[in-house]
Amino acid sequence: MDALLLARLQFAIVTVYHFFFVPLTLGLSVLIALMESRYVTSGDPRYKTMTKFWGKLFLINFAMGVATGIVQEFQFGMNWSEYSRFMGDIFGAPLAIEALLAFYMESVFLGVWIFGWNKLSPKLHATVMWLVAIGSNLSAVWILAANSFMQQPVGYALRNGRAEMTDFFALLTNEHLWIQWPHVFASAVATAGFFVAGISAWHLLRKSDNLEIFRRSFRWGVVYGLVGTVLVILVGHTQAQYMIRVQPMKMAAAEALWNTEDPAAMSLFTIGNEKERRDVFAIRIPGALSFLVYNRFSGEVRGINQLQDEYEQTYGPGDYVPPVAVSYWTFRIMVGAGFLMLLLLLFSLRAIMKDDVVDSPRLLRLMLWAIGLPILANSTGWIFTEMARQPWIVFGLQRTSDAVSNTVGAGEVAFSLVVFTLLYAVLMIVDVKLLTRYARVGVVEPAPGAEAPQAV
Amino acid sequence: MDLNTVWFILITVLFTGFFFLEGFDYGVGILLPFLGRNDRERRVVINTIGPVWDGNEVWMLTAGGALFAAFPHFYATFFSGAYLALVLMLVALILRAVSFEFRSKDESPTWRNRWDWIIFSGSLVPALLWGVAMSGLLYGLPVDARMNFTGNFFDLLSPFTLAGGLTAVAVFTLHGAAYLSLKTAGEIRERARAAAMKVWPAAVILLVVYVVLAGTTTDFFDHVGFNPGVVPVAAILALISVRYFLGTGKDGWAFVMTAFSIVCSVVALFIGLFPRLLVSSMNPEWSLTIYNASSSQYTLKVMTIVALILVPFVLVYQGWTYWVFRKRLTVDSELEY
Ligand code: HDD
Ligand code: HEM
Ligand code: HEM
Repeated sequence: MDALLLARLQFAIVTVYHFFFVPLTLGLSVLIALMESRYVTSGDPRYKTMTKFWGKLFLINFAMGVATGIVQEFQFGMNWSEYSRFMGDIFGAPLAIEALLAFYMESVFLGVWIFGWNKLSPKLHATVMWLVAIGSNLSAVWILAANSFMQQPVGYALRNGRAEMTDFFALLTNEHLWIQWPHVFASAVATAGFFVAGISAWHLLRKSDNLEIFRRSFRWGVVYGLVGTVLVILVGHTQAQYMIRVQPMKMAAAEALWNTEDPAAMSLFTIGNEKERRDVFAIRIPGALSFLVYNRFSGEVRGINQLQDEYEQTYGPGDYVPPVAVSYWTFRIMVGAGFLMLLLLLFSLRAIMKDDVVDSPRLLRLMLWAIGLPILANSTGWIFTEMARQPWIVFGLQRTSDAVSNTVGAGEVAFSLVVFTLLYAVLMIVDVKLLTRYARVGVVEPAPGAEAPQAV
Repeated sequence: MDLNTVWFILITVLFTGFFFLEGFDYGVGILLPFLGRNDRERRVVINTIGPVWDGNEVWMLTAGGALFAAFPHFYATFFSGAYLALVLMLVALILRAVSFEFRSKDESPTWRNRWDWIIFSGSLVPALLWGVAMSGLLYGLPVDARMNFTGNFFDLLSPFTLAGGLTAVAVFTLHGAAYLSLKTAGEIRERARAAAMKVWPAAVILLVVYVVLAGTTTDFFDHVGFNPGVVPVAAILALISVRYFLGTGKDGWAFVMTAFSIVCSVVALFIGLFPRLLVSSMNPEWSLTIYNASSSQYTLKVMTIVALILVPFVLVYQGWTYWVFRKRLTVDSELEY
């Protein structure tokens, strides 16, 4: 394998891995802040117990988010130096602002939150959690501003052999950002909702002590998750409509649409031959794709072959077709997961309304496993977004093959790839083990004065 | 003053803040296995930096982000050039970042002991490598006319850069010991002070050697920009005075002096570099400077405005956290980690 391929593989692994933890941080920080505010306004100690219990799991997750984020900060220089030269004028700014505005906020105030239970008034303590939540979600806005530029460059000029920023506000008002961020935020809310509901389900199944805490948590998780899931689906739909305007090739790949169609059919299931660009077997719903894109049953959706010709005319000879099978399947897994999530939450909601949650072991068992669904959708969502943009790293401006560090050899990348992968694998095992252990311990309140087994 | 110089100064400030704050974090980590005789004591040591270490580490992340934004060619050349060293550092930092949280989540002595040593190495390795790396900027690396690093891992190593790494380790350890004697009470405080006494001679000697090597093997004192003059001397004198304050039990002053020494050292290094960011050992003409490695004037202007607005806030609320957790810790304190 050459250095480029290895660098891509490494980027994909460390970034997707970082994003295992990020959505939970984003969504859970807000949920915990809500719980603690509820405690402060109602004075009901059960909310404090909830805050503390979910807070502990949050912290284990947060540590992993920070640890894996450190790599992110340096890897553009390490592995993508030509990208950094070409894009630094634009890309560095949001990254620096993210650190200055958001990372300080989340980490400084999280420190205060962990250690400040008995040093701050309850109200101030809850405010500090809100600051953590705002800081985390601000950090997402800035990194997504950077990523949005790569999808849809705005406010720049090509000068001095690089892309230079000409309009900072264009970067911030990039339409792509304000569709992407809500999608990511909503997916984070859904992720946290499923996490809380799933772990509560486990305790409800076991009929653990303090059942009331988990019944309540389950309710919070389901409602929160439902809000996130409905939003992520709605925003996702908007996103697809936007995508077809700015990156039609991505949509064509997502649908394995080889040739332009009007009205365009949507694929339910396609096995294609990527080399010859044709279907081997396909089930398609006529007109449905046009409907999704234009809200009516006709309208042209351009296909891979035609777009390839167009791009050759615009950008010169080359292969502009992303890996179709990966794009197609990752998109379907994400969307499929989304609808499955919705279905599960609706069943859960019905059980909550009928007040027979505890008597629905099958549902509870499903909800436990469903913790993985949003995580799956998050990962496939990113893999789709990034891979279906290929061969571009910055759409229309720079190719991935021109972005890689030219002074870092394949041997060095192979070495770091192995090191990071192994380290991450070990950490994942430890992290999951700790999360499971603490999720299981539940909320046995310690006898006063005794060292709590879980409150170390 | 042009914006390129403003950003050079801001980068200096960020690295100064980073080494001042993470300096004692690293020092505390290095001392951890030696100062705590039992788990409770080690927890006290960890808890002195528990609420603040992540905020401190963000100084490094911000310095990295600011370099990317203001001097992207430097970010690209240096971080791809020092590839293997960075991989090593990242591994250490990753482990360190999870260690505080993970260590406290299991009571088994083997588990905790293992994490203690991870905290130790996760603090030692970055301290060493940062010392080497910062010295490498001044010493010079093989960078060609197209700003590409043409050497390998071993080009980072020279007597000067190694002295830089060892000096960083020694001074940070001293700084950490001073911090601990300020933040703890009872037996741990006594031990921290004793450790400081022990490290002190090594720190002073290494710093002197380092400054001498800077004068003899680099153009530190006689190059294009300013002569750093008294600043490195102040760093040495401050470090020497630490002995006096330790001996008279003035913990606060001892800490102020190790901090002052670190600040002076970093500032001196950057003065010696100015207006360069990375010296090319192949040809002085090929050095990366604040002009040939910078972003556009527009980006620098935007970032200057942003920094002027945000930095004061950060300083205020980060300062506030030190105020909230100002009390000394003992084995009888309530501990989180
Ligand atoms: C949509 C959200 C999102 C995305 C796409 C990314 N991150 Fe991230 N990152 C976060 C959201 C986040 C966060 C929620 O703010 C984290 C996760 C947990 C945490 O501690 O903060 C974080 C942590 C985190 C840290 C450690 C901060 C600290 O010490 O407190 C760094 C340096 C980065 N990230 C950098 C990056 C870079 C360079 C990315 C691009 C490839 C990236 N992250 C993708
Ligand atoms: C069910 C309907 C959904 C639709 C129609 C949808 C649509 C999309 C589209 C079109 C993109 C690509 C955007 C682009 O590259 O321009 C995307 C990306 C993404 N999706 Fe979804 N999505 C859905 C559900 C979900 C769910 C349930 C999750 C997670 C819980 C999720 C998480 C993501 C993530 C993390 C990305 C990458 C970030 C981004 O580009 O926004 N999606 N989605
Ligand atoms: C904002 C958060 C981001 C996430 C979650 C993300 C996710 C991903 C994923 C899943 C891949 C794998 C696709 C593949 O291997 O083909 C990928 C590839 C890549 N992305 Fe992103 N990305 C993000 C931001 C960025 C940013 C800011 C850059 C800037 C350099 C970037 C550059 C790349 C590169 C260079 C690759 C490798 C090329 C490739 O493998 O196709 N990504 N990213």
